[in-house]
Amino acid sequence: MLAKRIIPCLDVRDGRVVKGEKFQNIMDVADPVVLAQKYSELGADELVFYDITASNEERDIFIEIVEKTAEQVHIPFTVGGGIRTIEDFRKVLKAGADKVSINSAAVKNPMIIREAADKFGSQCVVLSIDAKEQADGKWHVYINGGRINTGMDAVWWAKEGERLGAGEIVLNAIDTDGVKTGFSTDITRDISKQVNIPVVASGGAGTMEHFLEVLTIGEADAALAASVFHFGQIEIKQLKEYLYKNEVSVRRG
Amino acid sequence: MIAIIDYGAGNLKSVQHALTTLGLASEITADPEKLYQAAALILPGVGAFQNAMVELNRLGLVAAIKENAKLGKPILGICLGLQLLYEKSYEQGEWGGLGLLSGEVIRFNTEWKVPHMGWNNLIKGTESAFGREITADDYVYFVHSYYVDTKNPEEVLFWSDYGCKFPAVVKKDNIIGIQFHPEKSGETGMKLLKSFGEMML
Repeated sequence: MLAKRIIPCLDVRDGRVVKGEKFQNIMDVADPVVLAQKYSELGADELVFYDITASNEERDIFIEIVEKTAEQVHIPFTVGGGIRTIEDFRKVLKAGADKVSINSAAVKNPMIIREAADKFGSQCVVLSIDAKEQADGKWHVYINGGRINTGMDAVWWAKEGERLGAGEIVLNAIDTDGVKTGFSTDITRDISKQVNIPVVASGGAGTMEHFLEVLTIGEADAALAASVFHFGQIEIKQLKEYLYKNEVSVRRG
Repeated sequence: MIAIIDYGAGNLKSVQHALTTLGLASEITADPEKLYQAAALILPGVGAFQNAMVELNRLGLVAAIKENAKLGKPILGICLGLQLLYEKSYEQGEWGGLGLLSGEVIRFNTEWKVPHMGWNNLIKGTESAFGREITADDYVYFVHSYYVDTKNPEEVLFWSDYGCKFPAVVKKDNIIGIQFHPEKSGETGMKLLKSFGEMML
């Protein structure tokens, strides 16, 4: 049976892994390649690297990290952050990434999804959506690190992304990001029911119960988290055992 | 030296990195001559069946692969590379393959999400020294929309299940096919690549 995936996310700046709360208060954690290797050994099913820098020199350091990770870590990994053009896709795929995630740039130019899918295959095009619940209960898509509300409906955007050729959706609930109060289960389920590609839930992991909830009630195919893993609050092995005992199909040890 | 056949498809470096980790020398190449010099061949693959066959023909690699197979050299097809080893595929029409193994490549017919992407468990088939360290229920990483409908189920060392049972690892003498990505399947994948390396001895 296809396993539900557990995905540690590594936000990288200046060649180091950092983790912020609501995208602020960024603090240093560790060497990304070492951490990636460690997570692979501990049973992570996949990894995500986000480049949270902008300058060109730092971009080169980031690409080197991707290359080193590809050499040493033998599980799939996704690269995101600052992907704007087909050339950006090519660069990180060439460096060894298996998938590329695109966020703001896809909102500004949706055709990049189709172009990338045609060139490199849907399996490596991940549409990452930052979303936030509005007063009326609808979820809107945000861009530029959660600063700009596009007014676009998140469920619609996920479906549109699939139609254009995305192979996977990452749904990041901005409000719960880094605050450990649980994933946004309802919107995750709404999107999962509407698309026929895997949906990865992101933002809000605090306890093992949160993972169980979003992978069952939320119908997510995978759950992504950062700080609970980085700070050792949840061990991946222990989490997998817990999910297994609760009848979730997972890859163990 | 293992020749990793480059016909413009997919992430060949991942395969090479995995081999390097195991201490196996390899070279990414599109030169038919290199295939004859190599001790073993790997046919990787991501993408469409048709494009792959067109490219293999254009680069003059089809004959080289078939002749090396006849010489008894270990040949490993990964993902689309496994599918190319068979007679025929129904991906976007009907296309002839290398025909080193008997069977056809068909699309998943399931209500589940296609492609079949992620970690799935193996189910034991025919007993073999190849991959003997693998236990049923080991998980491996798949990304594919098509699978092999084999004419020779006894060639299947491991199956997997996604709405239907399909071959995950096949072996016929010196020809090996792996439907998932061993280079991305952690420890389990490395054990299989090690087994392939041992076939060169």
